[in-house]
Amino acid sequence: MNKPVLQVDGLSMDFGGIRAMCELDLEVHRGQIVALIGPNGAGKTTFFNCVTGIYNPTAGNIFLNPPDGSKPIRLNGLKPNQVTRKGMARTFQNIRLFQKMTVLENVMIGRHCRTSSYIFGAVFRTRATVREERETVEKSYRILQKVGLAGAVNELAENLPYGAQRRLEIARALATEPFLLLLDEPAAGMNPQETRELDELINRIRDEGHSILLIEHDMKLVMSLSDKIFVVDYGRKIAEGSPREVSSDPAVIKAYLGEDIDA
Amino acid sequence: MEYFIELFFSGLTRGAIYALIALGYTMVYGIIGLINFAHGEIYMIGAFTSFVVATVLSIYGFPLLSIILLAGLAAAVWSASYGYTVEKIAYRPLRHAPRLSALISAIGMSIFLQNYVLLAQSPDFQPFPELIPDFEFMEPFAHVVGSSDVVILLTTALVMVGLTLLIKFSRLGKAMRATAQDRTMAMLVGIDVNKIISMTFIIGSSLAAIGGMLIASHIGQINFFIGFIAGIKAFTAAVLGGIGSIPGAVLGGFVLGLTESFATGYVSSDYEDVFAFSLLVLILIFKPAGLLGREAAEKV
Repeated sequence: MNKPVLQVDGLSMDFGGIRAMCELDLEVHRGQIVALIGPNGAGKTTFFNCVTGIYNPTAGNIFLNPPDGSKPIRLNGLKPNQVTRKGMARTFQNIRLFQKMTVLENVMIGRHCRTSSYIFGAVFRTRATVREERETVEKSYRILQKVGLAGAVNELAENLPYGAQRRLEIARALATEPFLLLLDEPAAGMNPQETRELDELINRIRDEGHSILLIEHDMKLVMSLSDKIFVVDYGRKIAEGSPREVSSDPAVIKAYLGEDIDA
Repeated sequence: MEYFIELFFSGLTRGAIYALIALGYTMVYGIIGLINFAHGEIYMIGAFTSFVVATVLSIYGFPLLSIILLAGLAAAVWSASYGYTVEKIAYRPLRHAPRLSALISAIGMSIFLQNYVLLAQSPDFQPFPELIPDFEFMEPFAHVVGSSDVVILLTTALVMVGLTLLIKFSRLGKAMRATAQDRTMAMLVGIDVNKIISMTFIIGSSLAAIGGMLIASHIGQINFFIGFIAGIKAFTAAVLGGIGSIPGAVLGGFVLGLTESFATGYVSSDYEDVFAFSLLVLILIFKPAGLLGREAAEKV
């Protein structure tokens, strides 16, 4: 079997004396949709923050294995912008778009790390810069078509309806050309219709060759999307497996519903 | 009427220079929320650099136009390297410290640079060569507006349009706006935030340097202290216009320049600063965010 695109070994994170995450192991294989679930405060977002370089983990290793077969990259200690450049992008639980920029600009910003023109090119309009700008606009527009926002390119991000803002966040993440996409509660606050569209969108993104790791509370969505589920509680992994295995696991039921009084 | 027009143009020229310097304050504030008090000194260093280069070149008998261009280029590059270095050694290590620490560091940097130039260049005023000749076609208007006023106004206008286009449309400009809005998110979409902040200092410092050269040639003398007062005035202009706003800095610069010019002309030159700062107080009372500033919603 191929090496997993994301391999996390024994990841721990302490905040002062509090251990938010304890020796977590997790793998995402190529083309998989993997879900990370758990009750509130279980350490899921902490996990994302460690993997994307916002926090520097206390212990453990994070490796990316690019699908093109080049050698593994250790992510510990890299800054977020370096991690993004290596091929991993994320979205946020609470939407963090550049609100005062247009939809198109938000996606073009995502192309920043894949382009290179600087002040010289901008002032003297070199041929390379002009070509690069045209490519950026074209590629951004194609991504917006994919997420169904091509009709709103010149809207300010803050004026979009909620569901569209979520999709724009995904579009911006896709613009960085990741092979691994981390989605932090993409369905939060969505109505059933929007959630169905999201389900479809995530599947389509996977079919294009991206691997996906998501945190989600909408169990229906998780069960229908995921190839594999990891369950955490109090910073520890309590179960992993297919949706069917996980949903019948007693430890998981206990974490979510509490212990049966009779037991 | 003629007197009025004369005052108007001298106010515009003054305002243009304030605006050039204010842009540096407002850009840096917009992106890292810091008042860069060393910015006035960067302007002063720009004036000195162009002074040295222009003097040397004129000894070798270079034509005037090439002297202006080379002195301006040298001043921009040299000041930019100072701006870059100041950010790197005095502000970057304090990026996550409380804001006051960085502010104190900025004041320290300002005092340091002033004294460094004082020691290197003596405290006396030095005559600055007149770089901008009197154009013939300006002859009929010479009694109300000088040639150097026109050059200053045109240069400033060009620079401001260029800067606006850069920020609005270029890849660098988008990255700067993104960094100003949400630094963590900017990093997560792959922007090297430190590099963008450095670029902001480099651009702001070059603008100040060009302003320094133009005004030094206009007034005709410089010393180590010119950066302090110009810095304070430009800062006032930035606050007047709404700090963090680029069109605001330009507007603030012109409002301040014109106010000073008319106050000097119609009242007394002794009251120049009184009018400038009274205007600041008034605007802050009635429009605390500045003329074009947005009322910032408190982040909770």
